[in-house]
Amino acid sequence: MAESADRALLQILELRAGAFIAIRRFFGEREFIEVDTPSVVPSPGLDPHLAAFEVRTPKGKSVGWLATSPEYQMKRLLSAGAKRIFQLSRSYRADEQGQHHEREFTMLEWYRADAGSEDVIRDTEELVAFVAEALDQPAPEVQPPWERMTVEDALQFHANVTLESLVDDEESFFRVWVEQVQPRLGGEQPVVVTDWPASMASLARIKDNGMADRFEAFYRGVELCNGFGELTDPDEQRRRFERDQEQRRAVGAAVYPIDERFLDALRTGMPESGGNALGVERLLMLLLGADSIQAVMPFPEERL
Amino acid sequence: MTDTSDIKKGFKMLIDGVPFAVVDHQFVKPGKGQAFVRTRIKNMMTGAVIDRTFKSGEKLEKADTEERTMQYLYPEGEGRVFMDTQSYEQLALSNEQLGDSVHYLLDGTQVDVMLFQGRPIGVTPPTFVELLVTETEPGFKGDTSSNTTKPATLETGLQVNVPLFVNAGDRLKIDTRTGSYVERVKG
Repeated sequence: MAESADRALLQILELRAGAFIAIRRFFGEREFIEVDTPSVVPSPGLDPHLAAFEVRTPKGKSVGWLATSPEYQMKRLLSAGAKRIFQLSRSYRADEQGQHHEREFTMLEWYRADAGSEDVIRDTEELVAFVAEALDQPAPEVQPPWERMTVEDALQFHANVTLESLVDDEESFFRVWVEQVQPRLGGEQPVVVTDWPASMASLARIKDNGMADRFEAFYRGVELCNGFGELTDPDEQRRRFERDQEQRRAVGAAVYPIDERFLDALRTGMPESGGNALGVERLLMLLLGADSIQAVMPFPEERL
Repeated sequence: MTDTSDIKKGFKMLIDGVPFAVVDHQFVKPGKGQAFVRTRIKNMMTGAVIDRTFKSGEKLEKADTEERTMQYLYPEGEGRVFMDTQSYEQLALSNEQLGDSVHYLLDGTQVDVMLFQGRPIGVTPPTFVELLVTETEPGFKGDTSSNTTKPATLETGLQVNVPLFVNAGDRLKIDTRTGSYVERVKG
């Protein structure tokens, strides 16, 4: 080994390689196929609070954006008949940089056709326990099943406020969420938070109780993943995209186009599906007890 | 004007006319929600530390502050006089503005004086200072328990807990960040 061997860097490489192998084995055993969709896409996602990198040719012609997640293309694969798919890919968010954020990070995203959010919550619990074991990071607290909590209960329990008092004021909702609720979620063991306000999940179906079929898992105060029982109605999806565009316009954010081929795919018929997107660096950080995702990346922006 | 992207440790901003320094900060962005920068900031006039959450991208006003190295000269009324080591300019701070720092000032001690809009608002003493013990109970013979301490008064009036072997006339190294005893100094 070279005199100059950077042991810390090599450890990060080994850790990541081990995690990628474990993730692939986990999904392989469950008969998922690995897919790889493009990084440069015609619409990077319309979530009002996401900023994407625009991609241009040397002559300045826009050819699209770096994907903030591979969601649209993966759902097109579901419409095309794929039943169980997963992807390990880079996602890009132009304005996110911090202890738990990098502009470029590794996303694990997977979908199950003819399934719902409960099925992918179970996948999530089993996956995290599987990866922990594969990496030899014993963590008895991540064994399934994880605790469940609705958004309403989380607000009530940790901040002593009702969802009703905040639901119409998004800024107040998220201020309470980041200051009082999220830091206290999943301290003992991961917790799955369900039943989000319908306005906070543009790509999720609405449940019979009027809430979005959306879940997020939190572990030691960090958001680990975000999943949905997917919306499959193309007309409803278009209305929500237009609403998101309107919101973006109102705050002066770039208004990205609607991905028409994605809507076409919903029209062709997307099966009832469950899907989830998990931040791989956050998972590794949490399993290792590190305090930043940069600690588990070979070249985070600050060391690039 | 600037915005939250400039926030880092030590960044100084003006809130309602009062200068605050960033002690700690974290970018947070909940899924599907807007981003914030959570901060812990210190009121530079009073020393009080508070938590404050800014919307990411929120406009901030930089505080017009400046730090200058100065030498402590002498007490005057309810305050202390310092001299700029380069320009020899002299200025005074009240004991109230000095807070705990007043206990670390000996003739000639070099400190960093913080000025806000050209006026002094506080000083940062050296991290470690050496002070003489003026008063403490004699050590108890035979007591070897190393965890036991006793109170001592130092030449500036500072009260610290010290090990039993410390006597009046000893010189002690004091950590000014915590106001606590570090070690006895030889000689």
